Amino acid sequence: MTTYLIRGGRPYGEEVADVLVRDGVIVALGPDAAAQVDGAVVVEAEGCVVLPGLVDLHTHLREPGREDAETIETGTRAAALGGFTAVHAMANTSPVADTAGVVEQVWRIGRDSGWVDVHPVGAVSVGLAGEHLAELGAMADSAAHVRVFSDDGKCVHDPVLMRRALEYVKAFDGVIAQHSQDPRLTEGSQMHEGEVSAQLGLAGWPSVAEEAIIARDVLLADHVGSRLHVCHLSTAGSVEIIRWAKARGIDVTAEATPHHLGLTDDLVRGYDPVFKVNPPLRTAADVEAVRAGVADGTIDIVATDHAPHTVEDKDCEWAAAAFGMTGLETALPVVQLTLVDPGRLSWRDVARTMSEAPARIGRVTDQGRPVAVGEPANLLVWDPRGTRVVDAAAQATMSTNSPFRGRELPGHTVATFLRGRPTVLDGRLVLAPTSHLQEEES
Amino acid sequence: MKHLLSTADLSRDEAVLILDTAAQMAATQERAIKKLPTLRGRTVVNLFYEDSTRTRISFETAAKRLSADVINFSAKGSSVSKGESLKDTALTLQAMGADAVVIRHPASGAPHTLATSGWTQGAVLNAGDGTHQHPTQALLDAYTMRCHLVGDSGTAEVTGRDLAGLRVAIVGDVLHSRVARSNVDLLHTLGADVTLVAPPTLLPVGIGPWPCRVSYDLDAVIADERPDAIMMLRVQRERMSNAGGGFFPSAVEYTRRYGLDGRRMARLPDHAIVMHPGPMNRGLEISATAADSPRAVIVEQVANGVAVRMAALYLLLAQETPGSTLQEDAR
Repeated sequence: MTTYLIRGGRPYGEEVADVLVRDGVIVALGPDAAAQVDGAVVVEAEGCVVLPGLVDLHTHLREPGREDAETIETGTRAAALGGFTAVHAMANTSPVADTAGVVEQVWRIGRDSGWVDVHPVGAVSVGLAGEHLAELGAMADSAAHVRVFSDDGKCVHDPVLMRRALEYVKAFDGVIAQHSQDPRLTEGSQMHEGEVSAQLGLAGWPSVAEEAIIARDVLLADHVGSRLHVCHLSTAGSVEIIRWAKARGIDVTAEATPHHLGLTDDLVRGYDPVFKVNPPLRTAADVEAVRAGVADGTIDIVATDHAPHTVEDKDCEWAAAAFGMTGLETALPVVQLTLVDPGRLSWRDVARTMSEAPARIGRVTDQGRPVAVGEPANLLVWDPRGTRVVDAAAQATMSTNSPFRGRELPGHTVATFLRGRPTVLDGRLVLAPTSHLQEEES
Repeated sequence: MKHLLSTADLSRDEAVLILDTAAQMAATQERAIKKLPTLRGRTVVNLFYEDSTRTRISFETAAKRLSADVINFSAKGSSVSKGESLKDTALTLQAMGADAVVIRHPASGAPHTLATSGWTQGAVLNAGDGTHQHPTQALLDAYTMRCHLVGDSGTAEVTGRDLAGLRVAIVGDVLHSRVARSNVDLLHTLGADVTLVAPPTLLPVGIGPWPCRVSYDLDAVIADERPDAIMMLRVQRERMSNAGGGFFPSAVEYTRRYGLDGRRMARLPDHAIVMHPGPMNRGLEISATAADSPRAVIVEQVANGVAVRMAALYLLLAQETPGSTLQEDAR
């Protein structure tokens, strides 16, 4: 395998230290690495930040079933360009990822694509119907080694089913990732319920519909002594409940999306469905509370909820449009803009919230590792300088529903390494990444 | 003014101009021959995704009195239920040369989407979108109020006047009402004081910044505010059932607390008028006694609707045509 020297970069944005990568691992750091430049391909990283490859706990790759919106191949290309080396593929595909067969299929296609590690998320309930537990053990024992279970897109709203799921996954150290949304309080809901919805005449999605489920779930997790992960938390009240639960020692983790860190419900005023998402964009006060929650560690991770949709599902009147936004290629720029540049998060915090913690929650042992000798070379070289205008059509994702399109965002990926092999170099995909599999196997 | 999407977009002067123009239109409608040549050769499409015979024929009559060619396109159930998308319908109408699209749609914001998407070059008139806006209804309501409550009801005398100082109570299902939203915005712009009266379940969360007062007590509003006009909103019976949202316990209780009957009407000031955008649920939000009383202007609202819609079409379309002025055409 080729040896790479990442030269002049700053691991975690701290002291400059060269990084030497060979045979899939970090073999030397600092002056030791620089001394072994002979025979190595040099990646110039002066002024760049070197981070562990990002790990997304919440991605919709749409395959199988909606390959017109995204495939595992295109979605993982987008992930690599965004600086990710692993993604968790949500279960709301068609067929639903509620059996060992489907999760193994997703895992296998992801492995064959080779851009990032694809960790399938298993459905909690059969068909996401919220009635019967899916065969969680079979998915855990499958080749896909599932540890995260979620009916995302739908809430496990039956308290008994939620309790059973939380209890059951303890047998294999799984976690239930809950999409917190009381279904009765959100029937027909179109956007955040508040001053903007009142004016626009769009049915409201009240904050309490999220907060009530989170409150119930943290108490359930406490009662049965299991792990709960709260997906895409979006309200100030939710942050308060998580803070309270953690103070009580409840084993809960929480996630925020880049769009809930960066955008508010005011954007809905133009009725552009690119801003239609579930949970909805909230108020400026909520955005501030979510930022504060990430900054103080109440919210453990940032995850994209990358949700590609076809043009026809977005180019229509608001009520007819699908919920969701793409996010893999804009996640770190938004985090840099909203948290790093204002000084609320260090790059070491970014490594924690976007790599280490999501890997730990998903029980992915070879990702989110330190930038240190002997560790797997899953790395991101990030240039925080300069800005770029988001061009949705030019992104690697098949879909164009980026809420940041046309906006100027800071930073860009210089290189991404997956186990020592570059998937992105000079900001561009390194084509035919599968060759490394053959190389390893030969 | 390129489109008429929301009364919130109208300045006081624009709103008064529409009312003044409507008055001129109404004057022409006194004649034996009611048709004006103003929009000859122009095409107006009525694109209706919801059944609404009243609003459609009102727009159709208005366009025809201005000599426009009118195409009625009933697209009920499209888009949302797998039919042709709004986009394709709009592109089709554009290809056929629609100069104006009058759109009624169950989705809030659909007219806004149509106007800003680039799918059509024509003027877009919102004829009611979801629970958002119904601007021509509010304009005809304002026109009716101005006729009755400003000056001594002479047309010339009220030209240029707004509704400054008038007190208006709007009663009923504000939550689901595009009529209420349009009226609050427009009446405020025209200087009136608006009070919304409804059970708390039928008021939207986030109503705080609306330029109006809110009350849960109809009797108190009648006694304390002495409204010059009271507008009863339609309440759908289905809303009381659990499936309909369970907004109130029963029709009888609604009527008891929020209905306008003869007894409540008698407590209104003598000059106060009773309004309803129609269609009425007699016996629910308004009793027959109130609906058929001399102070009810409900039928007049319908007649004024034609004049107001003529004014809106005229201001949106005719003014783009050089050499065509209302004065000239009306000669």
